[in-house]
Amino acid sequence: MRVHCAVYALGLRRYSTYRAATVAGVFTNAVFGAINAMVLLALFAARPEINGYDATDAVTQVFVAQALLAPLAIMGPALDLSERIRTGAVGVDLLRPVPLLGWTLAQDMGRATFDLAFRSAPTFAVGALLFTLALPGDPVRWLLTLLSFALAVVVGFALRYLYSVVGFWLMDTRGVWAVMGPAGPVLAGMLLPLTLFPTGVADVLRYLPWASMVQIPAEVFLGKDSLPGGGVFGGLALQAGWAVALLSLAAWLTGRATRRVVVQGG
Amino acid sequence: MADTLSTRRWGLPAPLRDLAREPRTYARLAWTWTRAVAQYPMALSLFTLGVTLASLAEMGAVVVVFAHAGTLAGFTVYEGLLVYALAAFSFGAAQLLTGSVDRLGEHIRTGSFDTMLVRPVSPLVQLAADQFSPRRFGRIVPALVVLVVALVMCDIDWTLERILMLPVLLASGVVICTSVWLIAGCLQFFATDAREAANSVTYGGQALTEYPIAIYGRGLVRSVTYVVPLAFVSWQPALHLLDRPDPTGLPGFLRFLGPVVAVALALVAAQVWRFGLRRYRSTGS
Repeated sequence: MRVHCAVYALGLRRYSTYRAATVAGVFTNAVFGAINAMVLLALFAARPEINGYDATDAVTQVFVAQALLAPLAIMGPALDLSERIRTGAVGVDLLRPVPLLGWTLAQDMGRATFDLAFRSAPTFAVGALLFTLALPGDPVRWLLTLLSFALAVVVGFALRYLYSVVGFWLMDTRGVWAVMGPAGPVLAGMLLPLTLFPTGVADVLRYLPWASMVQIPAEVFLGKDSLPGGGVFGGLALQAGWAVALLSLAAWLTGRATRRVVVQGG
Repeated sequence: MADTLSTRRWGLPAPLRDLAREPRTYARLAWTWTRAVAQYPMALSLFTLGVTLASLAEMGAVVVVFAHAGTLAGFTVYEGLLVYALAAFSFGAAQLLTGSVDRLGEHIRTGSFDTMLVRPVSPLVQLAADQFSPRRFGRIVPALVVLVVALVMCDIDWTLERILMLPVLLASGVVICTSVWLIAGCLQFFATDAREAANSVTYGGQALTEYPIAIYGRGLVRSVTYVVPLAFVSWQPALHLLDRPDPTGLPGFLRFLGPVVAVALALVAAQVWRFGLRRYRSTGS
């Protein structure tokens, strides 16, 4: 556990060095948020309510999505693990007396914590300054939202880990990213809130792991009864379920992979 | 060597030959990169599929939004798709031709920009052709298909003037987007970490022009007409093709200014590039 804490702290420190890039990132997230928000405001001016969402709900979800974009790394970059599997450097990682999954998780959570504080919070604040957002008045919901964001980040990590670990079989995972990079934001409700999709499609997508990254956290924040189980706790349970399931799958695949891996070197 | 001899024997007059040299160098570098990526056909197809998926998703978003709204800024779904296709084509083509300039910061950091400067070929040509990736046709081809469908489905009065104007409008759009891409890339001469900020102009510009810009309100329409002239990529051409008055009340002659704006912005971009290049100091080793 102490090792994991140290790796976590180093991950946090590593990302805190890129200050200019962080500011540039917040600026870009805010610009994209503003563009998406204005499109949705125009849409909701024509139709005041769509499937239980009004203009404020939709704009709030846009900024939740833009705020979470960096900590989720939903459009990339891939974990360093991908490149390490390709080059064989993963051999060093496997020699460590700490399991690969836990090590990578601790490192990536460090990065995500930094991003939540210095990318998500400022992006959301800019959104709240420029637009009217639906902010919960109840402090308990803010805490539950924070929990939901944390679970979203774990689900996001587990998916990225899976995209990387298939590299043990495929050698190069850039192809996986080439397809999942654009598909992820659509399935997650980042491109458009899933609420705007046809009801049947939205109902299915809501239960897939990608929705647990944006759509479910946004609905938790908004306190929607369209969540699985009709409320905030149903949504959190779904996220936790996916986090556990995907991490277990990741652990199992890692075990399978390390038994067959041959690292060359000399 | 053989090449020098052949141009000497069959070549154009000297001034014309110089003018044709850089596009030819560009084409040759682009072809080299194309052959390189074609060595991995599976990866190339997956990358192209990914790009195609991304543009289909954006197109789907446009359709979903219009399906809910009925009309936006007086545009129906097919008219909206016309705007989308004009924007997607121009940005896709610009990205294919000069998308690599947004890696300028990386080249400066690693020192590979210095390598480009000592070669006897224009560094701009080298930078723009660097890692030329044919996968970007995955965006251009769907955009062209949607453009044709939208042009057929919209109620357009096909006068001779409009038929002749269509390629001019498309070319102007590509030149405008290419210039925006270059100017945004040149920001990295001054802030090498600013790649993501440049994205807000390039990819952000694309996201902005995919919808009829009247929906963003008058202030924004004026700034993307007079400051960063993205309105001439998809909005003004669409107004011209559909023969609509501008709902935000800007003068009607603006729609004919696309080519002028394109040339002016290209000159600005060239100046920005030269300015950046003059100010450039190597990071050293």
